[in-house]
Amino acid sequence: MSLLQLQNFGKVYPNGTRALDAIDLAVQPGEFLSLVGPSGCGKSTLLRLISGLADPSAGRIDWPAGAPQASDIGFVFQDATLLPWASIADNVYLPLKLAGVARAPASARIEEALAMVGLAGLGHLLPREASGGMRMRVSIARALVTEPKLLLLDEPFAALDEITRFKLNDDLLRLWRERQLTVLFVTHSVFESAYLSSRIVVMAARPGRIAADLPIAFDGPRTPELRTSAEFAAVCRRVSGHLADGMAAS
Amino acid sequence: MTKDRLIDIAAPIVVAILFLGGWEWIVRANAIPPYILPGPWLVAQTLWTDGPSLLQSLLVTLRTTIAALVAATGLGLALAIALAQSRLVERSFYPYLVVLQVTPIVSIAPLIIIWANDVFLSLLICAWIAAFFPVVANTTLGLNSTDPGLNDLFRLYRASRWQRLIHLRLPTALPYFMAGVRISGGLSLIGTVVAEFVAGSGGADSGLAFRILEAGYRLQIPRLFAALILLSLAGVAIHLVLGVISRRVLRGWHESELGAR
Repeated sequence: MSLLQLQNFGKVYPNGTRALDAIDLAVQPGEFLSLVGPSGCGKSTLLRLISGLADPSAGRIDWPAGAPQASDIGFVFQDATLLPWASIADNVYLPLKLAGVARAPASARIEEALAMVGLAGLGHLLPREASGGMRMRVSIARALVTEPKLLLLDEPFAALDEITRFKLNDDLLRLWRERQLTVLFVTHSVFESAYLSSRIVVMAARPGRIAADLPIAFDGPRTPELRTSAEFAAVCRRVSGHLADGMAAS
Repeated sequence: MTKDRLIDIAAPIVVAILFLGGWEWIVRANAIPPYILPGPWLVAQTLWTDGPSLLQSLLVTLRTTIAALVAATGLGLALAIALAQSRLVERSFYPYLVVLQVTPIVSIAPLIIIWANDVFLSLLICAWIAAFFPVVANTTLGLNSTDPGLNDLFRLYRASRWQRLIHLRLPTALPYFMAGVRISGGLSLIGTVVAEFVAGSGGADSGLAFRILEAGYRLQIPRLFAALILLSLAGVAIHLVLGVISRRVLRGWHESELGAR
C-alpha cells in the first residue's frame, strides 16, 4: 500500500502559469525519493501541495493509510527558517509547543532530536551564534521532533559549502535508515540525488511534469567512496540524460 | 575608556563651552538687558534660586507625560493588535488614526478641555493623542512583517490565530514596537506641554508650561530660560531611559542591538 498517491495532479497559478500538469505519482513507505529538475519545473510546488501549504487546482491526493496529522509531516525549507529570538532548543520545541505539549515533558524529545543531528548539549545557543550548517541541522531536528512518517526537504543544502553538504547528506541517509522515514527530497543536483535516493523522479518544465521515474540501486554501501566510483558515474549519466531529454522536449 | 569614547564626550562639551562663552560675551559686550536676553551665568543663578519651585512644576508635567506615555504604549499596542487582525479592519480604521495624528493638537485641545471635566484627564488625553501614533504605526508594521518561511512553518503545524500572534507576530514586532515607544516618549512630553499651554491653569498644580507662560508675562526671562532648561533635561532623560529599556528588552537577538559597544 503506498503512503500517498497523486492522480492527475495539477497546479495553475492565477497568472496562468501551469506549474504542474497531470502528475501521477505513488510514493511507497520507506522510499527516499528525489525530485530533480530545472528551475520552474514545479518540484518545490509539488512539495508544498503534498504538505498542504498550497491547494492543487486539479486532481487529487490520496493517503491510503489515512490523512496525515500535523505531526505526521516534517518539512525542511531551503532556509533554516528559525525563530531568531529563540534558542536552538526552543526552536526544536516549536512544533511540540504548537501541538500543546508542555515544555517539561518535551525536553527529553528535544534533546533526542538534537542528538540525532549531532547538536547534543548545544540547545542553549541562539541561531545567530550557529553556523549555516548547524542552523540547517536545527531545522532538520525540528522537522523530526514530532516523529513524522514523511519528511519533505526543499533544496535544504543548496546554500551550504560542499564539505558541509556531504556531511549532511550522510547524516540524512543515516536518519532515513534509523528512523525508517519516507523522504521526499527536492534538489537540482544530479549528484546529490544519485547519492541519496532509492528512486529519482526527473521533472521537466513548462508545464511542470514528470519526465522519467528511475529506481536507483548500488552494489556497494553508500559511503563517500561511492561518489568517485564508476557505478555512481553511470547512474549520474543516466539521470543527466533524462534531464537533458526532458529539457529538450519543453 | 577608548579614544573614540573620549571624543564622544569631550567634543560636545567643547561646543557647549564655546557656545555659552560666546553667548555671555555678546550679552555683556552689547549690554543687552536681561528681560530681552539673559546671559547663561544669570540663567544658571536663576536655575539655582528658582529651582525648587520650578522642580515642583516639572514633577507635575512629568507625571502627565509618563501617564500619557504608558497610555500611548498600552492602548497603541492594543490598537495595533486589533488592526493586525485583518486587512479589512486595518484599511477601515487606519485613515482615521492618521486624521487624529495629523490634526494639530493645539487645535483640538480646547475642545478636549471642555469635554473632559478634569484638568489632569484633559491634559492626559491631549498628550496621548500626540503620542500614540508611532506605537500604532510601528507595531502594525512589525506585526505584518513576519518571515514568509516562518508563516509557512506555523501553517504546516496548524497553529491557531492566537498561537501565531503570541509566538510569531508579537516577537517579530517587538523591535518595531520599541522604536515606536522611543519616538512616543518625546511626543508625550511635547503633547503635555502644548496641552498645558492651552489649559493654562494656575495654582500649585500647574505644570512647567504654565510657569513658562507666567514668566513670559512678567518679563522674568531668566526664569523662563531656567524652566526651558529643565524641560530639555527632562526630554533628554526620557530619551535616555527609553534607550536603556529598549536595549535591555532587545538584547540577545535583534540585529539593531548587536555589536553595540
